[in-house]
Amino acid sequence: MTVIPVPKANFTGALGDRLASVLIKGSAFLAILSLILIFVFIGKEALPILTSPEIQKEASLSTLFLPRPAKPGARTEYTWQPVSELPKYSILPLFVGTLKVTIIAVLFAIPLAVAAALYTSEFAHPWVREVVKPAIELLAGIPSVVIGFFCLMVLAGWLQGVFGWTYRLNAVTAGIGLSLAVIPIVYTVAEDAFSSVPQAFREGSLAMGASSWQTAWRVVLPAAMPGVLAACVLGFGRAIGETMIVLMASGNAAVLSLSPTDSIRTFSATIAAELGEVVVGSAHYHVLFFLGASLFILTFVLNLFGHWWVGRLQKKLQGAS
Amino acid sequence: MKARGLAMFGALIVALPSISGCGGGSGTGTRAVTIKGSDTMVILGQRWAETYMTEHPGARIQVTGGGSGTGIAALINGGTDICEASRPMKDKEKEQVRSRHGKDVKEIPVALDGVAVYVNASSPIQSLSEPQIKGIYTGKITNWRDVGGRDERIVVYSRENNSGTYVFFKEHVLGNEDFAREIQTLPGTAAVANAVSKDPASIGYGGIAYATGIRAIAVKRDEASGAVHPSLQTVQSGQYPLSRSLFFYTIGDPDGEVKTFIDWVLGPEGQKICEAVGYYPLIRK
Repeated sequence: MTVIPVPKANFTGALGDRLASVLIKGSAFLAILSLILIFVFIGKEALPILTSPEIQKEASLSTLFLPRPAKPGARTEYTWQPVSELPKYSILPLFVGTLKVTIIAVLFAIPLAVAAALYTSEFAHPWVREVVKPAIELLAGIPSVVIGFFCLMVLAGWLQGVFGWTYRLNAVTAGIGLSLAVIPIVYTVAEDAFSSVPQAFREGSLAMGASSWQTAWRVVLPAAMPGVLAACVLGFGRAIGETMIVLMASGNAAVLSLSPTDSIRTFSATIAAELGEVVVGSAHYHVLFFLGASLFILTFVLNLFGHWWVGRLQKKLQGAS
Repeated sequence: MKARGLAMFGALIVALPSISGCGGGSGTGTRAVTIKGSDTMVILGQRWAETYMTEHPGARIQVTGGGSGTGIAALINGGTDICEASRPMKDKEKEQVRSRHGKDVKEIPVALDGVAVYVNASSPIQSLSEPQIKGIYTGKITNWRDVGGRDERIVVYSRENNSGTYVFFKEHVLGNEDFAREIQTLPGTAAVANAVSKDPASIGYGGIAYATGIRAIAVKRDEASGAVHPSLQTVQSGQYPLSRSLFFYTIGDPDGEVKTFIDWVLGPEGQKICEAVGYYPLIRK
């Protein structure tokens, strides 16, 4: 008598299962699809630089990468000056600026974040860890425009006061601001990597007579290296694409120099500042999309390389242990 | 290529009724009039729209900023009824309107503005000549010593290149030469004013309406002429060298709701609002 409800329940259960699986599959494919569509859209808008002869008269690959004279007859230089009688679209100053600020940010953020992660996972008292971990992770919740505003109003003046730099807004100021956005990402991922190192590693090391510092530095850190590396790659990707902080704190002068205290202009800030103004379909418009595509490819290659490196390291570690 | 052509055509079809559709001139149409353009003028435009809407119930006017370039691009692409611009439209841009919409663009001066050059409050500089300002912004003069100041490097601030003030400054002061590469560009006149207020060796420019907390210097047309401070009298009389008109642009002659609004702006009430916001009314002819 009680047989009847059972197949019914089975039936709805199966339907529910199938529905859930379709939904989950669907959202996964939607994520991939939107990624592909974004790339197709950016690529399509950047393509006229390579294909359209009309656009190439003003901006072609050679004008983007080779030095050109500012005026007819003047000496050649790398200049980004899109609003001009003779528009100049050299992306080299922007590229150097982007790289400079990203490297500065990463140099600040990675040692700090990895050291903090090592401390909270290996040395800190549990209650310290309960306070510090969420606090650093909360840093990720600060909108970048707020960090940018802080850099512009407080940090820039303070740094100039201490070091006496000519330019208040420069690559170091923006880089330190950027590192505030990068630290929580690197910290979170690195902390997870340290925490997932098996307890037996630590116990074994301590039993052999190693101090807790030797254990952390010689055993836990190497064992968690793939995770730490993944954290660094993620942090680098965040830094290179960040827009608002650099737009507000870097001074946005497209100067080609290696000095960290010069003002810089990045890819992302250039797109943010100029895309609102361009006439759709003009050379300037396509160049901005070309910048976007370059940024996309740069982060993509970087992530790919990071993945490969992490995988190789993982294999090596597994082979050794 | 083909797809974009189609999109342009689509934009044109959408835009056409907004140009010719409200020819009745009843004044109480329900369609919103859109105004887009100069960041310098966005506060002014909003104040005009608010007052106009309270006086004309049923009228709807939407004002957005983005920069004169953005507004002009929107006008060309058919995305706005009125374009606010703090610089005259270039011939190339007028030609684009003509070729896409088949009508000439209509230029209507609606207010006056002066571009002030500011220095830090602690700077000893009281006045500069236009050639000196040009030298500083094109990178030929890099030390305050050369223009009668202290021996320190000049830190030069400018607006982003989507700003009408940027283009006005470039055409009016630099004679269309390029800005020096070392110049730092900041988003918004308020950011420039803020940076100048914090940097003792700096120079910046922007609308006079913004010039509080920093010092606007007097400007000489050339070395021989007298220095003129920016003020209502000097801007209206044209004595102050760095003054300009602020414009409305429409595609073809305005009609319907758009015309009613523009007539009101040019009337005594609209012009009074200019002063309240910190700009200068046009001189009555």
